Amino acid sequence: MGDLIINVGPQHPSTHGVLHLVITLNGETVKKVEPHLGYIHRSIEKMCESLTYRQFIYVTSRMDYLSSHINNHACALVVEKGLQIEVPQRAQYIRVILDELTRLASHQLWWGAMAMDVGAITPFFHAFREREIINDIMEQTCGARLTMNFIVPGGCMYDLHPDFVKRVKDFIVFFKSKLSEYDEMVTNNPIFQARMQNVGSITKENAISYGCSGPVARAAGVVCDVRKLSPYDVYSQVEFTEAIEKEGDCFARYKVRMKEMNESMRIIEQLIDNIPEGEFQAKTKAVLKLPKGDFYSNVETARGDFGVYIISEGGTTPYRIKFRSPGFCNLSALDHMARGNKIGDLVAIMGSLDLVIPDIDR
Amino acid sequence: MLTSLVELTIVGIFVLTLFAVLGLVLVFMERKVSAYMQIRLGPNRVGYKGMAQTLADTIKLLVKEGLTPDGADKFLFNLAPFIVMIGAMLLMAPIPFAKNSQIWDLNIGVLYITAVSSISVIGILMAGWSSNNKYSLLGAMRSGAQIVSYELSAGLAIISIVILTGSLKISDIIASQETGWWLFKGHIPALISFVIFIIAVTAETNRAPFDMAEAESELTAGFHTEYSGMKFALFFLAEYVNIFIVCAIGATLFLGGWMPFHIGNWAGFNHLMDFIPSSIWFFGKTFFLIFVIMWFRWTFPRLRIDQLLNLEWKYLLPIGMFNLLLMTIIAIMGWHF
Repeated sequence: MGDLIINVGPQHPSTHGVLHLVITLNGETVKKVEPHLGYIHRSIEKMCESLTYRQFIYVTSRMDYLSSHINNHACALVVEKGLQIEVPQRAQYIRVILDELTRLASHQLWWGAMAMDVGAITPFFHAFREREIINDIMEQTCGARLTMNFIVPGGCMYDLHPDFVKRVKDFIVFFKSKLSEYDEMVTNNPIFQARMQNVGSITKENAISYGCSGPVARAAGVVCDVRKLSPYDVYSQVEFTEAIEKEGDCFARYKVRMKEMNESMRIIEQLIDNIPEGEFQAKTKAVLKLPKGDFYSNVETARGDFGVYIISEGGTTPYRIKFRSPGFCNLSALDHMARGNKIGDLVAIMGSLDLVIPDIDR
Repeated sequence: MLTSLVELTIVGIFVLTLFAVLGLVLVFMERKVSAYMQIRLGPNRVGYKGMAQTLADTIKLLVKEGLTPDGADKFLFNLAPFIVMIGAMLLMAPIPFAKNSQIWDLNIGVLYITAVSSISVIGILMAGWSSNNKYSLLGAMRSGAQIVSYELSAGLAIISIVILTGSLKISDIIASQETGWWLFKGHIPALISFVIFIIAVTAETNRAPFDMAEAESELTAGFHTEYSGMKFALFFLAEYVNIFIVCAIGATLFLGGWMPFHIGNWAGFNHLMDFIPSSIWFFGKTFFLIFVIMWFRWTFPRLRIDQLLNLEWKYLLPIGMFNLLLMTIIAIMGWHF
């Protein structure tokens, strides 16, 4: 039998979004994977050229919708950098806490989807039950469950709801017990480990060369956490360890994200009781005009290094905005990781890469 | 023995009805069991607490358009679900549902069961091939390899019980469990056989964690992707009835079938246990095993096809063969209860 060419997606139960993969198979072994992108391309970067600096943040929530606070944070940071705005302490604390909550929510969904891809369907429901609590907290404070648009240049849009601190603390206590359940159900399961270990390995050099970031690169040993390398807001004042593994296979990526969930909870615990009083938004002009020049700022989303690059001509709308999305580079490593593995492994690898296709296609 | 044609027809209709009812009940049970394990409720709108759900589904499948893909081999495409169905139906004959309720007590009962259960592989391969679809073909190939491999382990586990009993006849096997179920009387080797049997039949019926052939997250539906309407209903029904049958066989061989729970010659205790009707014992044991198999599906992730075959050929088969040897020694020396 010659080479079999199969299309996985764009509509498929296990590609996380509309991803079209053209796979060349030899029997059950994958010989080549070619992602075809663009099925959810919405010309976000072009749209931003006609939106003001306060408006374009709304669109970025819809890119990597699982890390929407963090995306908004990146945009707010770059505008603040351009306008030299000093963000009040209270706003910084709130932004970091919301970021970490979003990271937790994103990893919860990743965990459920990962287990479902590998075949265990029940953890998906458990993950969503936990995630609902975070969504409810977000709804109470920010007004929305998925695309929050709460972080604006200068700080936050509104102040925290009075119940916020208590609910977050209750959630942390609740979720810690659940994480050990997750370990029992999935991490220590021999079938799961057999599916994930030594599957989809990538070496440190290749991870750097493909531009991988986030948990994908950290699982291969690359030290690349933006929160440590170029800290923003209060990240320089909190203590947390970067989760680094050596093997670079699916199980290492899994372990990195589980550790990251623990670290996120640690960060929230350090900050939640010490939110200073004060302003939640710096005084800024109503219409923001960035001076002529280019500005760049990057943050660590749940998927990796997300960067916003603005070229401004001095007007109210940018001349060009470019988003450096983590998913795009992580996806480019998929071909390298999947060669020589079986189809079943391909699904496990895609799950462990944690791709959100709207982030890649923009 | 069935004597006249009329009696044959009536019993045949009974078997078909039982088949249909079992299918309905098992599908509903699966949906409810899976729902409760996943912190949700399952079907609860159609009928009282959702019990008419499967009936509604059956009616839907009956009125659905049965589409045959363009390049499909029409004859094989239409024949495949029937072969799978027939394999399941034929196995209803030698299983005793209660005391004195066995349709056909042939002297090679166990051999008949192992032989007929191999027929459905042909149906699956036919379905995959004739669908003219790469995904179906992949699924059918995987499924064929898997079923053929695990039949060996299941066969070895069954044989170890036959050794203890000394007869292939099902009524003899059940009668020999009058002093206690083989799972307890045969202690260690019987326990090993039982575990191997449960694993092997989960694989034979293409259930998770061995459901690579119909892995929803990869191949959509494997070998029955292209089937719709009544033909799909036949596959679906045949799968669930197969689960019932293999659990019934497990219950008969290891857990005593319709024989109540007796302990040696404690006549008083045994007499008490006999008050519970034998059909309740049989269905209770079978449904317990069915529940365990459903439990597996919603707990474990899926094994990859090569890991699956590895498990069988490198682990289960050698352990099964060694266990057979152990069981033979125990039977000869009389070291069982």
